[in-house]
Amino acid sequence: MNVRRLWAIARKEAIQLRRDARSLALAFALPGALLLLFGYAISLDVRNIDIAVLDQSHSEASRHLVDAFVASGYFRVAERLERDADVQHVLDRGEARLVLVIPPDFARGLGSGRPRALQLLLDGSDANTATIAQNYAEAIVTRFTGTLGDRRALPIDARTRIWYNETLESRNMIVPGLIAVIMSIIAAMLTALTIAREWERGTMEQLVATPVSRTEVVLGKLLPYVAIGVIDVTAAILAGLIVFHVPLRGNIVLLAVLTLLFLVAALAWGIFVSAALKTQMLATQAAILSTYMPALLLSGFIFSIGAMPFALQAITFAVSARYYVVITRGIFLKGVGLAVLWPEVLALVAFATVAISLALWAFRKELA
Amino acid sequence: MPDAVVARNLTRRFGDFVAVDDVTFSVATGEIFGFLGPNGAGKTTTIKMLTCLLAPTSGDAWVAGADVRTAPREIRSRIGYMSQMFSLYADLTVAENIQLFAGLYGLRGTRLADRRAWLLEMAGLAGREHLMTQDLPLGWKQRLALGCAVMHEPPILFLDEPTSGVDPTSRRHFWDLIDGLAAQGTTVFVSTHYMEEAEYCHRLALMNRGRLIALDRPRQLRGSLGQPVVELLVDDPARAVEALRAAPGVLEAAMYGRAVHVTVAPGVAAEEMVFQRLAAAGRRIDRMREIEPSLEDVFVALVRREGGAVVG
Repeated sequence: MNVRRLWAIARKEAIQLRRDARSLALAFALPGALLLLFGYAISLDVRNIDIAVLDQSHSEASRHLVDAFVASGYFRVAERLERDADVQHVLDRGEARLVLVIPPDFARGLGSGRPRALQLLLDGSDANTATIAQNYAEAIVTRFTGTLGDRRALPIDARTRIWYNETLESRNMIVPGLIAVIMSIIAAMLTALTIAREWERGTMEQLVATPVSRTEVVLGKLLPYVAIGVIDVTAAILAGLIVFHVPLRGNIVLLAVLTLLFLVAALAWGIFVSAALKTQMLATQAAILSTYMPALLLSGFIFSIGAMPFALQAITFAVSARYYVVITRGIFLKGVGLAVLWPEVLALVAFATVAISLALWAFRKELA
Repeated sequence: MPDAVVARNLTRRFGDFVAVDDVTFSVATGEIFGFLGPNGAGKTTTIKMLTCLLAPTSGDAWVAGADVRTAPREIRSRIGYMSQMFSLYADLTVAENIQLFAGLYGLRGTRLADRRAWLLEMAGLAGREHLMTQDLPLGWKQRLALGCAVMHEPPILFLDEPTSGVDPTSRRHFWDLIDGLAAQGTTVFVSTHYMEEAEYCHRLALMNRGRLIALDRPRQLRGSLGQPVVELLVDDPARAVEALRAAPGVLEAAMYGRAVHVTVAPGVAAEEMVFQRLAAAGRRIDRMREIEPSLEDVFVALVRREGGAVVG
């Protein structure tokens, strides 16, 4: 391998990239847009759930209970109902996701140890929100019962503490994972084009007739994209820290080194796809299918891998983003190091090695 | 001096299709060696095998003394190659393309400066280094591509239809450059389907349907026909060709623009026979003369003699 030739390729690739508006947009505008979209617009948190209250008790105790719901911050009273018939109506029209029905005899004998009934009606058409709302509501009711001074009704006082993401901000878990998705896009959309484009335009033929080796071409083409990746990741991390206030508890140097490792693996995969398919059209589609989509859906970024059917779980082992998501969340939120993350690091090293080997192999095949 | 290029029984198949069929030839050092034939004759495939872009199915080839099967790296550093399609980077400037190929060929320091200056001068691009390559006229692009292919002063230069699509003036200019390179000792292996370009070559290989059908100097090839060609201007060339082809003793009759060229078998009195046939067919002859056969006449006659048809 000759560094001068590798550099000549890298330089040329960088100049072409700089002049290609579409690639630049993919490299910088798309990651920025994604960061804003996921960071601000898409929130998996459940806040301000609209509830309707049918208070038939009209007592001080029932008012206290409703206040407890509102004070929690999770609920907002959208409507106060007068009649039973209205319950169906508000749920049907989606005016409330939860209806709290307080029966007429609610206050009578409250705190005496005799169990009192309370009805919660939930809109299950959004099962996720319904489950979360149910949990919140039950917690509020339990705490409310506690304030009545009756410990017999509550033999176990469970005090929950959530580690690593104490406030359960979905943003804290999304931003680190998003970095993996952004890198996958760069790999899919940018590097997948690079070799296929040269075959389509006929420039590859001229290139391979020179003494340049395939390693020099592959690595030379990787370099500018690694640089873009580093810029994107740095911007995403800074945005995470400064704009979204995601805590960075682990070692930033370790994060940088492992990010570079993931970048090389993802980009080499894009080059392999490009060299194997030889047309930009096919290569882009294959790259989107094999990197971007799995990074979004199968990496554990949004959907928990543990909750997937077994067959899908098996597939996730071949998704490099899966390991990187564990690494970023581990370093950002848990502050863990290599002692914990070594299996993911080994997996990424293996992935990068295989991807580069495949890229070289696919490229050689064409030169016959 | 050893031969610059040697091909022995070189064959390349694509599935059932034989693109290059058992071709044997050698190219002397310093020669301009022309590969002539219609599209699909196997010229490009042969050049790709000699430049190590395609592996031979069978047979052997040596370029600059190195085996194409085992020593592609050595060969690539000793050859320059210009492919059929314009294949420099259109989105790089003239200077950036030069710098790229200089880097790939390991040029630097004063040698780089010298070669760069030579190239810009040769291609007429001095002062235009910062133009985007895609904005150059085709003739200039071609000269830039030639310059990039010979930056490292390779002993052997492969040019695959370098002038296709270029206007005649630029084509002439291009051939002057090739002549200049050959005069300095570069072996030039060039393919073309322009018959008039073949006259610039020292020796010519005629290819048809993957086979090498003749190999000689242009003058000898023209003489090899052994009979004169009659050129006619008639009232209806198509009908005249039809009538002449049916006549005994006529080897070939074909239209060349508005004229008709007729080749007859040795021993036949050409003008007399043609006159009689056309008179019988009711055609009016405006002019008739014997001319020296062109390479195209030779090519067509050779293909007929082989009993095949011309591809393309």
